[in-house]
Amino acid sequence: MSIAAPTEPSGAGQPTPVADVAGESLLRGAWRRLRRSPLAIAGAAIVLVFVVVALAAPLLAPYEPASTQWAGLVTPQSVPGPATDHLLGLDSFGSDMLTQLIYGARQSLIVGVVSTVLGLSVGATLGLAAGGFGGKVDTIVMRLVDVLLSIPSLLLAVSVAAVIGQSQLSVMIAIGVAQVPVFARLLRGSMMLQSKSDYVLAADALGIRRRRIVMGHVLPNSMGPTIVQATLALATAIIEVAALSFLGLGDGDPAVAEWGRMLVAAQERFGNDPRLAVYPGVCIAITALGFTLFGEALREALDPRQRR
Amino acid sequence: MLRFALRRLALLVPVLFGLSVLLFVWIRVLPGDPARSLLGERATPAGIKQIRELYGFDKPLLEQYWAYLGQLVRLDFGSSIRDGRPVTETFFEQFPATVELALFAILFAVVLGIPLGYAAARRRGEAVDGVVITGSLLGVVVPVFFLAILLKLVFAIQLDWFPTSSRQDPRIDATHITNFYVLDGLLTREFDASWDALVHLVLPAVALGTIPLAIIVRITRASVSEVLNEDYVRTADAKGLHPPVVRRRHVLRNAMLPVLTTIGLQVGLLLSGAVLTETVFSFNGIGSYLFDAISQRDYPVLQGYILFIALIYSLVNLAVDLGYGLFDPRVRVS
Repeated sequence: MSIAAPTEPSGAGQPTPVADVAGESLLRGAWRRLRRSPLAIAGAAIVLVFVVVALAAPLLAPYEPASTQWAGLVTPQSVPGPATDHLLGLDSFGSDMLTQLIYGARQSLIVGVVSTVLGLSVGATLGLAAGGFGGKVDTIVMRLVDVLLSIPSLLLAVSVAAVIGQSQLSVMIAIGVAQVPVFARLLRGSMMLQSKSDYVLAADALGIRRRRIVMGHVLPNSMGPTIVQATLALATAIIEVAALSFLGLGDGDPAVAEWGRMLVAAQERFGNDPRLAVYPGVCIAITALGFTLFGEALREALDPRQRR
Repeated sequence: MLRFALRRLALLVPVLFGLSVLLFVWIRVLPGDPARSLLGERATPAGIKQIRELYGFDKPLLEQYWAYLGQLVRLDFGSSIRDGRPVTETFFEQFPATVELALFAILFAVVLGIPLGYAAARRRGEAVDGVVITGSLLGVVVPVFFLAILLKLVFAIQLDWFPTSSRQDPRIDATHITNFYVLDGLLTREFDASWDALVHLVLPAVALGTIPLAIIVRITRASVSEVLNEDYVRTADAKGLHPPVVRRRHVLRNAMLPVLTTIGLQVGLLLSGAVLTETVFSFNGIGSYLFDAISQRDYPVLQGYILFIALIYSLVNLAVDLGYGLFDPRVRVS
């Protein structure tokens, strides 16, 4: 009895088990390739700086977050620029720009990680159910995934955010839900591919129980693309938070520093003070770049075809 | 081939059904009474009751769903809460604008992306490759609306090369037949109107086309590099075939399949990106209307537009799948 009927023939990417008798394990090889890849190192460096800044925000930031004690200095025409006591100047609300950017990193990390973990856990569970049980479960789950995939991701997040209102939690749920179908399809796809491989056939022939084959062999070997996707999803999540803010569906709490909202608030003053939008915009782009670089490098490193 | 097409088409039915259930449930769980949000501060108990009866909110859920399904089949999504206009009417009125924008965006992405990706693959590891790859990475990570705002600031406000907003200069008294403004100008021989619409399209199309451009560059590069290593390319080269012929007939044709699929997959990105881009440039398409609907919680519009967008997105993906089957006979055998 096979795990599930393979649906799509694929010539590329023959599955390779983690434990390879002939040489080093896939993980060890991946680690070796990662250390040698300049893109991976650049990506990891950006991610590391971002995480450290986010975690150590209270130590690094010169002022309290969202403190508007300098709001009086902000006029409709101008916002005070860089000075010795405010290295990057003030933002359009009259808070210290540097402080807001640093706390913004913290916000992005929290929202990015929570939404991705949410999308990953729900999506991977669905994918596991579909790929593991096959048959009716597979059909039902995949039709559901098709429905969710038929709505472009940002609009799906918008629909969810519109239902649950404006809060940090709703932003995280909205972005997480939008990622669910991607993870589900990805994990199911790579499990299908693994199910066809010889070692599964061998395990099946040995009479090992299906549950053990799925959990012990197929799933671990299918995790690679999902891990890569999770890294890339963090980049998407950080950009989508900003997009939701832009659409007026972001976290409405003004006491929370958030890059997307800073960008949106800066829009009216953009002609006079492009600095106000450029700083948060560049922060979003660099952070997203870090996760993207790292994810791409990870994808190449985990690719069994890369093994020599 | 026909069986393949029919089967793919049949798969669309459960998706659309699921989508209708999803959107129906969605509108019912929305916070707040739609009737109350419709009337705003002027809400009186009598007024709310009247609205509820008008929209059928007082009936049992299943009955409501049947009524809703009946409306869907007739493409009747109700009317906007803001301006009272039927959702279907405004959608088809604005849709050409978004299609025009999306077409120019994808044109920008393809015309620039395929040669760049091809050049990067041919010179893999060289400086050209590095620049193209770095550029394509940057293209993916810059938020669309931030890019749109930047483009608007630099090229419209500071350099004044392009208009800042709208689809056409209101001073131009153009006749509109199809609502594709560039096409309308050509049809009515009002070439200045066509040109003006084109100039208005440049910045939004570049902003919207940047992510697809970056993706097309990378797929083309990956796909061309793979094909360049194929045995048949080496054979063609070895038997002394004219190099441009090898490139055109063997490399490009085979490498374009994944690129074609990718272009089709960009439609979702274009439609959601349009919401952001159109808003920045006050471009009157479905995107900016949807933006207003979101900010003012205009649920009938939101629901109808998302369903329409999902339908179009699914149909385009279907077309891409069929096209793929047409070009690559191996796909049909599944």
